[in-house]
Amino acid sequence: MSTATTRPSGATRRIRGAHFSSVLGSELLTLFRRRRTIALLAVLAAVPVLIAVAVKLSSHQVNPGEGPAFLDRVTQNGLFVALTALAVCTPLFFPLATGVVAGDTIAGEANLGTLRYLLVAPVGRVRLLAAKFLAAVAFCAAATLVVALVGAAIGALLFPIGPVTLLSGATIHPLDALGREFLVAGYVTISLIGMAAIGLFISTLTEVPVGAMAAVVVLAIVSQVLGTIPQVAWMHPWLFSHEWLGFGDLLRDPIEWSSTIRNGLLQAGYVAVFGALAYGRFTTKDILA
Amino acid sequence: MSDLAIETTGLAKRFGTRFAVDGIDLAVPRGAVYGFLGPNGSGKTTTIRLLLGLLAPNAGKIRVLGDPIPQAAREVLPRVGALVEGPAFYPFLSGAANLARLDSANPHASAKDRRARIAAALERVGLGHVAEKKVRTYSLGMKQRLGIAAALLSPRDLLILDEPTNGLDPQGTREVRALVRSLAEDGTTVFVSSHLLAEVEQMCTHVGVMSQGKLVAQGDLETLRRLRRPRLVVETPDADHAAHVLSGLCLRDIRVETRGDRLRVVADADGTPTEEVCAALVHAGVRVRGIASDHGSLEDLFVALTGEGFEVAG
Repeated sequence: MSTATTRPSGATRRIRGAHFSSVLGSELLTLFRRRRTIALLAVLAAVPVLIAVAVKLSSHQVNPGEGPAFLDRVTQNGLFVALTALAVCTPLFFPLATGVVAGDTIAGEANLGTLRYLLVAPVGRVRLLAAKFLAAVAFCAAATLVVALVGAAIGALLFPIGPVTLLSGATIHPLDALGREFLVAGYVTISLIGMAAIGLFISTLTEVPVGAMAAVVVLAIVSQVLGTIPQVAWMHPWLFSHEWLGFGDLLRDPIEWSSTIRNGLLQAGYVAVFGALAYGRFTTKDILA
Repeated sequence: MSDLAIETTGLAKRFGTRFAVDGIDLAVPRGAVYGFLGPNGSGKTTTIRLLLGLLAPNAGKIRVLGDPIPQAAREVLPRVGALVEGPAFYPFLSGAANLARLDSANPHASAKDRRARIAAALERVGLGHVAEKKVRTYSLGMKQRLGIAAALLSPRDLLILDEPTNGLDPQGTREVRALVRSLAEDGTTVFVSSHLLAEVEQMCTHVGVMSQGKLVAQGDLETLRRLRRPRLVVETPDADHAAHVLSGLCLRDIRVETRGDRLRVVADADGTPTEEVCAALVHAGVRVRGIASDHGSLEDLFVALTGEGFEVAG
């Protein structure tokens, strides 16, 4: 008894660290071995392919400023396929995919009944919550990376590749441009982290994963709609979608980091608030599922 | 070290206004095979969830393997194998992958011998040949076996098995019983809930009986057997006449039963010697085909304790 209540020694801490990485590893394996996860990533991968093929097959010249961001530049430079796809996916496809994965975190385990077995293993409730959140963030990163990679590949395949003129007017080497694309993918990943935290919290409230998923996606839509209504402009800086389309600043020379920092702080705030709510809810919850 | 593997005092859990578990004092000795009996809805599963720290009690204390739950859950639960309210697995993972996930959630389980322990657990429940098949393709009985395998992944001091033979065929039921016996022989304490009396009677050394959230009886099987009151059974074609004679002898609880095409009269023996009853019956001209005193079945006792038959939803 006394040994259980003394402060953890260095060895105990190492064991706990090893245990957490084992829990996280198992979480990632389970998430990425699941057919649904693969299907989500496949659907996202189809977006840049669709864009590239549509532009390639169409005889219609895309005029500057027409269609989604960057679309008008695709025919001159394949590097813009990935950027167009990331911009197209940001308002809907990424939030949908994030909502599915984040909404499923706890509710999905409760629904399967596996939650009780993980807890009596005993995984530790805080540990499970942390692993679930990190796995959801890993999924967001995978989703944006898949779009960026597939976009770069299909762009190189169908269109010429050349130096890229940035929003600030400077021209950079194609390889630098590719690097910027991955920066944008990173930016979009950060944008989704707040949503992942909201999803985690909602997921602790229910045993019906579909309900949690729908709620998260609805919130993403509500946040974006509110963002377009000038009457609630005071609220705009606090909406988790506020900086979603701010990645254009990464396409300037020198790179303008301010929107990335604002976005990072905003998302960190959401993680703190909804992480705390999820913690408060889940660590005291009666597990009846 | 306490000599009780499970000890609760005044344990209570309320859902809304209804007490699912209402002040129970469980005492499960180490090394016992403890049958936790009760009709459906009597609070067995809620008790098990409390013991495993899945629910927070409204009142009372819990000690499992000598340490308080839920405070010491981290230290205690790795030594407890559990099957709670039926098996639950990821249908999209194989049986072995499911066990690997549960094992990696256990902070005391080593990754080094994980594969070997998983293979051994699967062999022990007869699932070795389907280890790599997706659980989606498993039958209910196979999932139940996989659940038992999960409980056996690490060496355990205590097994808590909630209705372990649910969904198993008679062959599987016999295997589970044999498994429980062999585990008990190794010194593992087994706490097994069931609504099937015969099952408990065959494998348990101790019994606790739940009814409407209360523990109405607890003790070793012999003690409980002694609780049964002796009764008198008279086989006779003149049942009504016999019943009349017995009531003349001041015996209570007299009832006429039909067994096939035979009639018999059953009454509380209440200390009246069988030979006296027999003489009185013969004297009154009752044709006695057989007379005996026995103790009734355990089932009669449990029906008397719980006020309802087993396998009846509560």
